[in-house]
Amino acid sequence: MTLKTRQLELEVLRYDPEKDSEPHFQSYSVSCPEDWAILDALNYVKENLDTTLSYRWSCHMMVCGSCGMMVNGEPSLTCKTFIRDLPDKVRIEPLQNLPIERDLVVVLDDVMEKLQRAQPWIIRQDDPPPVDQEYTQSRAALYKFKQYTMCINCMCCYAACPQYGLDPSFIGPAALAMAHRYNLDSRDQGKSQRLDILADHDGVWDCSFVGACSEVCPKSVDPAAAIQQMKVDGAIEWWKQKLPGGKS
Amino acid sequence: MSRQPYVRPMPKASWYLGNARYRRYMFREVTCLLVGVYCALLIWALAALSSGSPERWGAFLAAQQNTAMVVFHALALVYYLVYMTFDWFKLAPKAMPVQFGEQKLPGSVIVVGHYVAWIVVTLFVLWLAGVLQT
Amino acid sequence: MSIARKSVVWGLFAAGGTLSAFLFPAVIALFLLVALGRVPPGLEFANLQAFAGHWVGKSALFLVIFLSLWHAAHRLRVVFHDFGVRRDKAVANAVYLVAAIGTVMTAFYLYRI
Repeated sequence: MTLKTRQLELEVLRYDPEKDSEPHFQSYSVSCPEDWAILDALNYVKENLDTTLSYRWSCHMMVCGSCGMMVNGEPSLTCKTFIRDLPDKVRIEPLQNLPIERDLVVVLDDVMEKLQRAQPWIIRQDDPPPVDQEYTQSRAALYKFKQYTMCINCMCCYAACPQYGLDPSFIGPAALAMAHRYNLDSRDQGKSQRLDILADHDGVWDCSFVGACSEVCPKSVDPAAAIQQMKVDGAIEWWKQKLPGGKS
Repeated sequence: MSRQPYVRPMPKASWYLGNARYRRYMFREVTCLLVGVYCALLIWALAALSSGSPERWGAFLAAQQNTAMVVFHALALVYYLVYMTFDWFKLAPKAMPVQFGEQKLPGSVIVVGHYVAWIVVTLFVLWLAGVLQT
Repeated sequence: MSIARKSVVWGLFAAGGTLSAFLFPAVIALFLLVALGRVPPGLEFANLQAFAGHWVGKSALFLVIFLSLWHAAHRLRVVFHDFGVRRDKAVANAVYLVAAIGTVMTAFYLYRI
């Protein structure tokens, strides 16, 4: 059985740092079988039409987070965006709000630093359990934070967030969602420590709950929910620290 | 190979115009102006009430009774309901996750709870104001 | 690093938003009724004065107006930022000052009733 094909017109933002002073669009016409994802169309372009096109991709199955791009203005994983859901004219640009390295490749240095600032690891105040014992955690305790573990660091949320776009010093959705994942983990004892950083300037308070991050997240992490819950945590923590016996 | 990253400018005052999602957000946020306006109206009412003079209170009530006010309040009511009250309820579950054992309470339950509470509160206020008397 | 004072402001904003989301539609409806010339009995001078004179009514009115004012002020600060006005400190001082004045006026008038 042969699949029907559609003729797609791709308008791709190109940028060569060694030659161009600013990005410009380049068009490619591609005949696509109807079951293709837009990433397949890009791969076809690279293999057959223009080998100079640069972009990131890897797993082609929505788990690595490499192939995030703007597809008709919407931050998307190109391996998860199928041409059957797209019109014949498709505009492909690098993720919004991030500097362009080359063509569809963005500079990730800033977001990488921010992810680490969230301290995304188990923090203990007590000694860890002995080497031959595990932390025990019930399923109920796991479900409290499980959705926030699903983040694949694709950065679509940073591309969607207008507050990050207006002011890149904002620590951003993925970093905050990851911090919340550890704050909710029953094995972790680092909530106060994380809140000290995240409830400070450039932290949660820069979020105005636009909610675009959660709408574009391909793994349904819902970073907007994580951030609102951290605002509540931050507000409560502020009062706890003012009470006698609290810090500072 | 030299690096020269290109930063795309974001128009600071008009970034929301070309995008339906961002436009809806701005429509929601400007409801704060309505909150401010009605706080001002309430303070004006308190000023008249606290004068102790029924005539001043009557004058305040009379000042409300014109077509412009009717149109303003009617439009404000609709806009406020859609972009403030209903949006606030839609977002409420995000800030208050509820889990019983291994089961997460669906957000829709929390939203419905808000609507029920809102109807009760509204009826109470209207009853207090004497609107519900037949 | 410490938890920013913004935590307190956000708390007021959230409380004010919840109160005004629930209550203001009824408030607007009452203003609409008055504008249409149909003043309900509860809003006549004697009845309203009795309500606002009682400590329960007084406290309720104060709480609703105080929290809603701060909600509006904080949100307006963010709206200025979203509309491209990047003088956050100046904007913040201005909106919170207006909210503070409104709060004082509310307390003053309620005290007189």
